[in-house]
Amino acid sequence: MIEFRQVTKRYDSDHTALRQVNFGLERGELAFLTGHSGAGKSTLLKLIMVMERPSAGEVVVGGQVLNRLPRRQIPYIRRHIGVVFQNHQLLFDRTVFDNVAMPLEVMGASPRDTGRRVRAALDKVGLLQKEKMNPMQLSGGEQQRVGIARAVVNKPPVLLADEPTGNLDPALSADIMNLFGQFSQVGVTVLIATHDIALINEMGRRTLKLDHGRLVTGGTSVIGGGASGR
Amino acid sequence: MAADTRKKSQPARGANKARSPWREQAESYFTHHRKVAEDSARRLWRNPVASLMTWTVMGVALALPVALLLLLTSLQGVSAGWESSARVTAYIELDVPLERARVLSNEIAGDGRVASVELVDRDQALSEFRASSGLEDALDYLEDNPLPHTLLITPEEGARSTEGVEGLVRFVEGMEGVERVQVDLGWLQRLNAMTDLLARAVWALAILLAAAVVLVIGNTVRLSIESRRDEILVAKLVGGTDSFVRRPFLYTGAWFGLGGGIVALILLQLSLWWLSGPIERLAGLYRSDFSLDGLQFDGALALIIVAMLLGWLGAWVAVKRHLDDMEPGDIAGGR
Repeated sequence: MIEFRQVTKRYDSDHTALRQVNFGLERGELAFLTGHSGAGKSTLLKLIMVMERPSAGEVVVGGQVLNRLPRRQIPYIRRHIGVVFQNHQLLFDRTVFDNVAMPLEVMGASPRDTGRRVRAALDKVGLLQKEKMNPMQLSGGEQQRVGIARAVVNKPPVLLADEPTGNLDPALSADIMNLFGQFSQVGVTVLIATHDIALINEMGRRTLKLDHGRLVTGGTSVIGGGASGR
Repeated sequence: MAADTRKKSQPARGANKARSPWREQAESYFTHHRKVAEDSARRLWRNPVASLMTWTVMGVALALPVALLLLLTSLQGVSAGWESSARVTAYIELDVPLERARVLSNEIAGDGRVASVELVDRDQALSEFRASSGLEDALDYLEDNPLPHTLLITPEEGARSTEGVEGLVRFVEGMEGVERVQVDLGWLQRLNAMTDLLARAVWALAILLAAAVVLVIGNTVRLSIESRRDEILVAKLVGGTDSFVRRPFLYTGAWFGLGGGIVALILLQLSLWWLSGPIERLAGLYRSDFSLDGLQFDGALALIIVAMLLGWLGAWVAVKRHLDDMEPGDIAGGR
């Protein structure tokens, strides 16, 4: 579903964020992305979302090579990738329902469809009763769950999360991780960037570890059959 | 409300399945447009003072060239009216008696190129002059009537071209007893030249003010883009296309245009009403049927459409400059 082939990302000022990263994630796989701060976790996620382009190598998502993707096509790729942020990026000028409905709105879904799918997503994260509230009225954990509902409302095949539990206590974090686990069980490829070693150990899933832009563990390639990047 | 729409949609689903998907797509596309248009309008209403100020600026900038254009059209109407009723005035020699003047008058009236001839005898001319000039007392000092008999010749429709009138003038000049023939078209040509010049000046002004309108709207929309930055970034993040993100701002520009157009219409109507009295008096003094015409329905409609297009264009400039560069990478945090 996601594949990095010899990906290098250099920012102009001699700063190399990623060096020849190789890895692949299968459909329905859940993996953690870890490493010290500044190791290149966010850059890696941004490359998948086409917020950045690699300096060298290829990023493939859903069989599509993103390097050569024309600018106009980027929105259509993003519709297949759900993202959850640490600071959840909710809009406080609208209700929970309208926040979650945004990915459907940009796709031009009919209001009937939108209502059905938004409620399904809110139900999944256990916030169906709060659809008419402003996200400001919700607790941190609830806000994060609204963010997750927004990320999965259009059933994307890929779900990315950048420090999704950064501000939450362990019990809430476990809850959120549980949710991610459920998504991967229905075939969503989930990649979670986190510092939370305890959580990673608890889940016992594949872990990609970055160190100064190099992938030091977990870098098995799917398509290459393990021949590269071990 | 949310709960009962859900209930209603359940049984309807089977029936809706039959509709072709493109129709449903088109429908939700138009629904979306309507929603965005309404939302943009509501946002303007929510800041009535700021919106009204922008509308007024735009209204003034639009009303000014339109008012000048209207004035110009009225002036051109006047000169066109006079051209078609170009009259040739023949002054008879002072010592020619009235009877001879009558004969001349009949002779000219018999010519094919002449529609009608009016004989103004010298006494009549003097009393008219006395009445209109206000020089009554001065005229009393004159021993003799200094005015000659005058023939006012109106050419036939077909002879109103420059050559036709010239031919007629030569014919009348050749007659015995006619001292001088005057075709008062010189001032008309000067008026025409002036209105041509004025027309260019007005168009130049109109273009400058239209550019100003575009910039004003562009700047206003830029502010609105800044204030909705988070929303734009999230929309781009979840896969909103450029045109999706632009749409609300383009509608905002068009609504600014609509408001500006309406303000311009009101300003025009007010100034017309305010000017109509003096203009009527002035035209009366010149014995002209000149009147300053307001905008007709189609003109008003055109004004509003042009205003909306200008607003849209202004928004488009702002959107092009400030929106397309916005990348959601900024909110994804540090590297």
